[in-house]
Amino acid sequence: MSHRVKSVIPAILVALCAAACGSGGSDKPRSITTVSWGGSFGRAVNEAVNIPFTEATGIGIGVEDYNGGLAQIRAQVDIGVIHWDVVDLEITDAVRGCDEGLLERIDLNALPPGADGTPAAEDFVVDGRYACGAGSLYWSTVYAYNDDNIPGAKPTTMADFFDLEAFPGRRGMRRVPQANLEFALIADGVPLDQVYSTLDTPEGLDRAFAKLESIKDEVIWWEAGAQPPQLLADGEVVMTTAYNGRIFNAQVLEDQPFVIVWDGQLLDVGQVAIVAGTPRLKEALEYLAFATSAESLARIARRISYSPMRKSGMALVTTHVVAGVDMEPHMPASPANVARALRFDWAWWVDHQDEMNERFSAWLAR
Amino acid sequence: MKSAFRLGPARIVYLAFCTCVFVFLVAPIIVIVPLSFNAEPYFTFTEGMLRLDPEAWSLRWYREIIENEVWSASLVNSLVIGVSATVLATLLGTLAALGLSSPAMPGRRMVMAFLISPMVTPVIIAAAGMFFFYSGLGLGQTHLGLILAHATLGVPFVVVTVTATLAAYDRNLTRAAASLGAGPWITFRRVQLPLIAPGIISGALFAFAVSFDEVVVVLFMGGVEQRTIPRQMWAGIREQISPAILAVATFLIVFAALLLLTVNWLRRRGNR
Amino acid sequence: MAGSLRVSARLHRRAQLRAFGLVAPLLIFVGLTFVTPLATMLVRSVYDPVVADALPETQMLLKDWDGEEGLPSEAVYAAVAKELKRAGAERTLGQVASRINRVQGGLRSALARTERALRDVEQGPWRETMGAIDPIWADPATWHAIQATGERFTSRHYLNALDLQRLPSGAVVAQPQERRIYLRLFWRTIIVSSIITLLCLALGYPIALLIARSPPHRANLLLILVLVPFWTSLLVRTTAWIVLLQTQGVLNDLLVVLGLINDDGRLAMVYNMTGTIVAMTHVLLPFMVLPLYSVMRGIPSVHMKAAASLGAKPLQAFLRVYWPQSLPGVGAGALLVFILAIGYYITPALVGGSDGQLISNMIAYHMQTSLNWGLAAALGGVLLVGVLVLYAVYDRLVGVERMGLG
Repeated sequence: MSHRVKSVIPAILVALCAAACGSGGSDKPRSITTVSWGGSFGRAVNEAVNIPFTEATGIGIGVEDYNGGLAQIRAQVDIGVIHWDVVDLEITDAVRGCDEGLLERIDLNALPPGADGTPAAEDFVVDGRYACGAGSLYWSTVYAYNDDNIPGAKPTTMADFFDLEAFPGRRGMRRVPQANLEFALIADGVPLDQVYSTLDTPEGLDRAFAKLESIKDEVIWWEAGAQPPQLLADGEVVMTTAYNGRIFNAQVLEDQPFVIVWDGQLLDVGQVAIVAGTPRLKEALEYLAFATSAESLARIARRISYSPMRKSGMALVTTHVVAGVDMEPHMPASPANVARALRFDWAWWVDHQDEMNERFSAWLAR
Repeated sequence: MKSAFRLGPARIVYLAFCTCVFVFLVAPIIVIVPLSFNAEPYFTFTEGMLRLDPEAWSLRWYREIIENEVWSASLVNSLVIGVSATVLATLLGTLAALGLSSPAMPGRRMVMAFLISPMVTPVIIAAAGMFFFYSGLGLGQTHLGLILAHATLGVPFVVVTVTATLAAYDRNLTRAAASLGAGPWITFRRVQLPLIAPGIISGALFAFAVSFDEVVVVLFMGGVEQRTIPRQMWAGIREQISPAILAVATFLIVFAALLLLTVNWLRRRGNR
Repeated sequence: MAGSLRVSARLHRRAQLRAFGLVAPLLIFVGLTFVTPLATMLVRSVYDPVVADALPETQMLLKDWDGEEGLPSEAVYAAVAKELKRAGAERTLGQVASRINRVQGGLRSALARTERALRDVEQGPWRETMGAIDPIWADPATWHAIQATGERFTSRHYLNALDLQRLPSGAVVAQPQERRIYLRLFWRTIIVSSIITLLCLALGYPIALLIARSPPHRANLLLILVLVPFWTSLLVRTTAWIVLLQTQGVLNDLLVVLGLINDDGRLAMVYNMTGTIVAMTHVLLPFMVLPLYSVMRGIPSVHMKAAASLGAKPLQAFLRVYWPQSLPGVGAGALLVFILAIGYYITPALVGGSDGQLISNMIAYHMQTSLNWGLAAALGGVLLVGVLVLYAVYDRLVGVERMGLG
């Protein structure tokens, strides 16, 4: 016994020290942490951007998944220890984060020109030109259902999503106020062009919450974009709001009988930004330039149905790399799909996000 | 004795009820194992599986986790953090248990209550506090920070187990050794340690199990480089339960069964 | 005589020191790695210097403003303009604004907007300029919010955690109806924990009894069955319950096959309160069975036999003789299960849906999503006091060293 103990203790100490010292060297010089939305979108970004980037530059990438919001970035900046370098943000959060000094300012002219040589600042669509970060992809919040689980008449309008009598069963919705409030008003009969002016009044807001209240008992709240397809496939819900690309990927890659209802879709834009004060700014800038180039965005768009926010990138999007289907009809901004679309009013949300978050979470907890 | 064998209707109901409770305890865990061999990405028994059609059963989810480097990296992290935290908790915990079981220990009860408090403190509060504190020390998102945190959470288990073993230890043996001229260190090493070793090993296994299953502190303090198996499972359950999770779960069930049988064996050996 | 006393006192003192010396490293370790972090977090619930540090002059000048007679003086506007600009340059504006915003919604973006607009402004009149930038500067509520967050030491978070608020007049009143959520959530946590404790007792008592009255070999086997879930990873068990309980899950399938429910009448048993209660009962049941078993093992079976031989019916004998003797085990198990249940986080977070969330989940929400760390700390403080009181009761009644581990 005693001999064994004697020989074990030094071994243990060595192991402890190795573990402790090993962690000290964790910030290897040429490696950054990028943060994205996980699931099939995360895989698309990985294949289309991260792997080619590491091959081209030798800079390693650690990928962290998140579900939107500025909380983690704010926490890191407040505590003063930055772990995240590049983040894929919703536009509201990009603008707010910029205002609060959480994000680095980006000079669009320093980014690579478009595929046709247009300077970057002009190649980006107007929605893609903000002080902090660069535009990435058009994406949309839609609702979808599993064709196998709805026999008979199919839902076609936003009002159908809220109609528990015609379409009984549980609904999936994202656990945030944005999109849900808009959908509630659209379903309640507010014309698309008056949604935000209605939301801007206390009565309009009450109306939106009242509409949500009418289905609250049947709602399963999701957080990660990968959940809605799963909820539909498992039959846990009969319909759910979702990011359009996730549903598309389940359709073409997993042969799921999902149907997207484009009526009342909320068309939004994404941003790639850099967390202020990162000690790896140079590498982060290199990544940002690579990730928002027309070619990279087009490579993503050939893997998941979000379209590039660079004019010269749109032309590069042809067919899906695996399934071979033409991407155009599946894009949220394609003419057929955009007919009854609501454009996300990020300016309204920049002003009201905090208030709405608070009211929404209090409403949920009740 | 007779009453134990009489099977009146009340006793039948009672035994049936107990059987149901045991099924409730064990069945959910057992069910996962066959489902992890499902050839389809579903979480229920397909018709093919019930017909025992070999086509419906497959090892594809096991292949997936073995080939996926994210899972192997998290296994390495779990082992490094778990083993280091266990060593730390066991060393400190055993020393403390030795002190606590001395009749001369002042304020024994208070000290004991203090050392065991990490076990009952809601882990979310502990994790939140550790997040601020360790980040301030520059230990946020490091292996060392997680090792210290997990060691703290494992300590109560070591203290309780080793103290219990020491309570059964006959102090006359120490006195006898001393009267034969053995110094305190020799007495400890030659007489006491071999007798309480099963308790120490049990305590260490408990501490390891705590770290190996801990997710909340990792969620708050761990970064990309510190992803552990529970952290990876957490993400999987929250976002997309792929049957690969069931394959990992099956590994963990087998592992838990081995730990349990070891501790059970040690306990029975200690009782003898 | 006196000499030997002195010697024995010295020996005793040395033994004390040695015992303490052995415990000391762990005491220091737990103090550093556990108590200090908890303490620093609790400090956050009452101490928040961010706004006071960023806007010192504004705060000082606001002391002379009583809030009754309309807006503050031009000097206050000048001070806040200067200090907002500085906060913007030093990148602390975000932290300042988010704190003020919690008292008065909508101010975060207004403050950011004001700072942006003021960057190129060098000269007053400040009240006019700022009023033109955003109407918030003409609203006394804005100044009350700046004043309220400017206190370094504050009871705001604890009041908030108890659904109370302090009016500008200093009176403490209940929050408006739609913002009262925490007391309800504490209450729900207590009720759910009680239900789980009772369920554990109802399921655990009979099997503990069975194990205690079985011959040693079988008892050991049955104990292993109890310990299997105890040792199995919590995440595995939670996954198992999701797989079993979900709409297209094993249990619903079984019920459909047995014809008990229709295919379209499948039960919603997970992602709601039912899921939380079922999964948590499963997780905590061993913590009930083990203390019960260890007490029952010590009850001699002769007592029951004696009662029976004196003519008592089995039920009567059980209630009069056995149950009172097993009460210490019931108390120990119930307290332990209850203590663990009220602080539970993982299971409700994964299977609870929106109505199966407990207070710990709200703490996590304020830690990770709303970043209202002061409120998270205050909610944690209230919960911690509750747990520690129960823990003290447990220690008094049972003794912490007997915390059953199998």
